[in-house]
Amino acid sequence: MTGFIRRHPLMAGGLALFLLFVLMSTFTIVPETRQGIVVRFGKPVRIINPYKAGQPFGSPGAGIAWRIPFAENIVWLDKRVRDIDMERQQVLSTDQLRLEVDAFARYRIVNPSRMYIAARTEERVESALRPILGSQLRNELGKRPFASLLSPEREGVMENIQNGLNRVARQYGVEVIDVRIKKADLPDGTPLQSAYTRMTTARQQEARSIRAEGLKRAAIIRADADAEAAQTYAAAFGKDPDFYEFYRAMQSYQTTFLGDGNGKPAPTTVILSPQNDYLKEFSGR
Amino acid sequence: MSIFSGLGALGRGLFSDNKGPWGQAPGGGSGDGDPPEPPGGPGPWGDTPKRRRRTEPLGGSNISSLDDWIARSKQRLGGGAGGGLPTRPSGSMIRWAALAIVLLWLVTTASHLIAPGERGVVTQFGRYNRTLESGFSLTLPWPIERVQKVDVENIREINLGSASEETLMLTGDQNIIDIAYQVRWNISDPELFLFELAQPEETIKQVAESAMRQVVANVSLQGAMGAQRGIIEGRVAEEMQQTLNAYRAGVDIQGVAIRQADPPAAVNDAFKEVTAAQQEAESYVNQANAYALQLRQKAQGEAGAFDRIYIQYKAAPGVTKRRMYYETMERVLQGVDKTILEAPGVNSYLPLNELKRPAPKGTP
Repeated sequence: MTGFIRRHPLMAGGLALFLLFVLMSTFTIVPETRQGIVVRFGKPVRIINPYKAGQPFGSPGAGIAWRIPFAENIVWLDKRVRDIDMERQQVLSTDQLRLEVDAFARYRIVNPSRMYIAARTEERVESALRPILGSQLRNELGKRPFASLLSPEREGVMENIQNGLNRVARQYGVEVIDVRIKKADLPDGTPLQSAYTRMTTARQQEARSIRAEGLKRAAIIRADADAEAAQTYAAAFGKDPDFYEFYRAMQSYQTTFLGDGNGKPAPTTVILSPQNDYLKEFSGR
Repeated sequence: MSIFSGLGALGRGLFSDNKGPWGQAPGGGSGDGDPPEPPGGPGPWGDTPKRRRRTEPLGGSNISSLDDWIARSKQRLGGGAGGGLPTRPSGSMIRWAALAIVLLWLVTTASHLIAPGERGVVTQFGRYNRTLESGFSLTLPWPIERVQKVDVENIREINLGSASEETLMLTGDQNIIDIAYQVRWNISDPELFLFELAQPEETIKQVAESAMRQVVANVSLQGAMGAQRGIIEGRVAEEMQQTLNAYRAGVDIQGVAIRQADPPAAVNDAFKEVTAAQQEAESYVNQANAYALQLRQKAQGEAGAFDRIYIQYKAAPGVTKRRMYYETMERVLQGVDKTILEAPGVNSYLPLNELKRPAPKGTP
């Protein structure tokens, strides 16, 4: 062997390179994140590291895999959970209200060979499932009134959509594990504006009722105070109504003719009769 | 494992200095048929300078060292064509360089310093093998084992919605709220995080959006803006954790914080009006309270005054009453124009216009 190398170094080098090339094209490193389909002359013959539910990492599957060089070819597919992001869809509820819905689905390739035959690449699976997700969403949500569209999770709508999508997804060898609504908004324009108008008028109504409530409370407080004052007066003055009559009259005269201290009263002229009680001593009796 | 045998051969070649690795012992265990060895190599490196120095005195010849070397090389190799081309000292230099490269390779790919808070996920030819704790650890070198460092302690943040742009969401009472929030998460399981999801961060973001929409759609606008914020945050975190666990994402949601929950700009004025109305209502009530306080004090004051005088009146009713009467009359009549009409049957003409004049007028 060594002798051969010494005699024909170039040839030995070429041979070594060729061996290395064969070695490298025979053995491949399979990472945990991928599954591969060994395709022999265009026909899938076996699967490397296929997804099995519940299999822990480090199980045989990933690691080193082999193939027949030149004859077999490995097509790699993702083993991880992937995303289908749907474009925004307008959904019409049973009560003819529109809602713009943005959803996504998570899927995983569970049957690589079927997936390879049906679609070849992940992108093509995704572009095939995207419109189906959209139509499932429209169908399911379109069966419901607007109010229940806001929280479709409560009524099992998402499960229905997922099942519907899965029926198609199975033909592509993929499994949809979750469908979720990311956004549910009112479409721009009239629906949004009318919602704003409704919110505005509701706030105005609230503002008015708050003001009225304030006025009501104020009136009650005043009335309570009046009543209490009346009670206080009655308790005091009720002891001797006659004296109160006199006392209040005196106060009243003073206030009327002299003012209550808050400004001068209008000039007053008093015409007295000598019979007046005040002047009774005038006559000198 | 051709890499291994190659490595061993290289090592042996480097350390067995006095043997002349490939030259002296043909087929001597070292480089037999190993493809990556340079085929032209062994020839010129047949001898080391050290060895030659030792052999020179033994041979006792006086030919130049170069001639001697060429001759011996030819003898040994039997027609080594390229012999004598490279310069001799490079042999040892190349060995040292190779040693340095191997050492560098080992240091960089076989020893790993995992920082605190990090984990190293070891894959052996792509297959998951083990997870290294933080600290210093050794693995097999690069093509065999590979270490991916994952920071598990670091709490990452995803911000959704911003103050500058409206993120509108429908609430349970079909109102619209502009909401901005932050999700804090870290990696709980580095293997799952690396191997299970195609786009982990994007997934977390989408799940957050979906969970927030779902939770907000079940509360009222007032609740979302105020009182129920804490409940919403808790429920979103819980919902996200459930969903991510179902995906086996290996992610822990540390918390969700609502940074902003306001009515949309288009209806903001109406909301301000409500605040204004609340203030106004409050001021009505305050005014009424002030009035009530005043009235009460006044009533109590007047009642108190009456009570005090009444006590005095009770003591001497007639006198007190007359005294009060005259005192009041004095005060009242002091400042006013007075006219006294004497005769009972006389109806005098009253010049009412003139009465208003300040000059006193009257009959004596």
